[in-house]
Amino acid sequence: MQRWLVPTLYILFLMLPIYWLLAMSFKTTNEILGGFTLWPQEFTLENYAVIFNDPTWYWGYFNSLIYVSINTVISLAVALPAAYAFSRFRFTGDKHLFFWLLTNRMAPPAVFALPFLQLYSSVGLFDTHIAVALAHCLFNIPLAVWILEGFMSGVPKELDETAYVDGHSFGSFFFRIFMPTITSGIGVAAFFCFMFSWVELLLAKTLTAVEAKPIAAIMTKTASSSGYELGLLAAAGCLTIVPGAFVIYFVRNYIAKGFALGRV
Amino acid sequence: MATKTHNERAWWFVLPVVLLVAFNALVPLMTVVNYSVQESFSQGVWFWSGVDWFEDTLNSSRFQAALGRQLMFTGVILAIEIPLGIAIALTMPKSGPWVPVCLVLMALPLLIPWNVVGAMWNIFALPDIGLLGYTVNALGIDYDYTQQPISAWITVIAMDVWHWTSLVVLLAYAGLASIPDAYYQAAKIDGAGRWAVFRHIELPKMNRVLTIAILLRFMDSFMIYTEPFVLTGGGPGNSTTFLSIDLVKKALGEFDLGPAAAMSLIYFLITLLVSWLFYTLMTRQEEG
Repeated sequence: MQRWLVPTLYILFLMLPIYWLLAMSFKTTNEILGGFTLWPQEFTLENYAVIFNDPTWYWGYFNSLIYVSINTVISLAVALPAAYAFSRFRFTGDKHLFFWLLTNRMAPPAVFALPFLQLYSSVGLFDTHIAVALAHCLFNIPLAVWILEGFMSGVPKELDETAYVDGHSFGSFFFRIFMPTITSGIGVAAFFCFMFSWVELLLAKTLTAVEAKPIAAIMTKTASSSGYELGLLAAAGCLTIVPGAFVIYFVRNYIAKGFALGRV
Repeated sequence: MATKTHNERAWWFVLPVVLLVAFNALVPLMTVVNYSVQESFSQGVWFWSGVDWFEDTLNSSRFQAALGRQLMFTGVILAIEIPLGIAIALTMPKSGPWVPVCLVLMALPLLIPWNVVGAMWNIFALPDIGLLGYTVNALGIDYDYTQQPISAWITVIAMDVWHWTSLVVLLAYAGLASIPDAYYQAAKIDGAGRWAVFRHIELPKMNRVLTIAILLRFMDSFMIYTEPFVLTGGGPGNSTTFLSIDLVKKALGEFDLGPAAAMSLIYFLITLLVSWLFYTLMTRQEEG
């Protein structure tokens, strides 16, 4: 048996549903409902035109990108010092704290949907980007700490000590020496924060109404209220794949190590 | 691993994380606990009801059925995705221009929003106009996931395998990539067969990443909501109503806050317990 056969078949399997979504997005509604066709008979860009010309549609993408970016920045900013502390020091309750952080990664979003709605309404953040960004911190911060801690533990402690002997202050060591050495770790952590915030919908949908509504929620609403417009739904779906593909391309060289959370 | 020095000031470094996560975790969790021990007859009027809701939930056949389906689903997808992921990782090229191409293509499903995954499979598997559904029916097999529970189950499982096997592949591949060539050469000199190499070199080296893979897959599959909800809506009937779907139905649909909260806590505790077992196993490996 040829070695390349298995990966090729697997990738083919992965691409089939994506191909179908893409093919569907270039078909007219009549053609989709009219019967089975393997590729678009009357190629149309109509579905994409609808999305690019309607602010409620394209703002959905901006809303999603805005809260995902805010979330990634917050998660990394607080996770970096925490991961450093976990990888370098022992302190009272460190192991329990680490596990407690991980338990939040295990909390089913369905459990938190309703309390989150009440909490963020009561502090006046309902339907804002920052609310979704903060809510997604629940599972992204623990993950970022976990990943960064793995990468940081791989850096020998002698690096810290040499820097202090050379007269660096902690701040100058952390930003000018330590962070550049774990760039790949930071990239991977950012990738994961982006990924889990981008794909999550339950909390994002619960916490927003109009102003900060994510694209994924607009898709379900619009597609069902205006009849069964499968072509439009497919086009919107295809466009949600684009940012993810873009981000994967940037981290392609670290992706294998990154998925192992730096713990290979 | 370097020995760590004792330093209580490290708490200042973790403080922002603790505050942010506590805001998100403790307040909602206390809200849930609060609901779970009270009974409400009208808006804002609450009575203490003790552990009644917990007993009701544990004894209700609806909860037991949803839990059963959930365990079955998680068991099946772990049994498929873990071996399949390892097998694919083993056959992937170790170096060369195809490696990044493979990795990028394989990671693609992981970055698609979960409801789009559901919608995509919904369209893909439709018996009359979907590529999969149409092909299967054309082969003479009667398949309609909107009507037949068995077909619905197969579709949900195929969707999850499609969505998440790549995570296992990437983790296993990372584990394999860390094995030095010298190991393989030594095995060759000893005349070890393919199975022996896998059993005594590759599997032990992948041990740690595989634990992570199982832990992540367990947690995420146990919490699954959006994909099956969009694909089948929990149907036909209740055949694919997993724990999260049932919970959201109860809390946001029927507004049965007390029972829903009790169910949430039981659900959370089960996830926590199993994950804790995995976590202890994992940290023991790292220390040992």
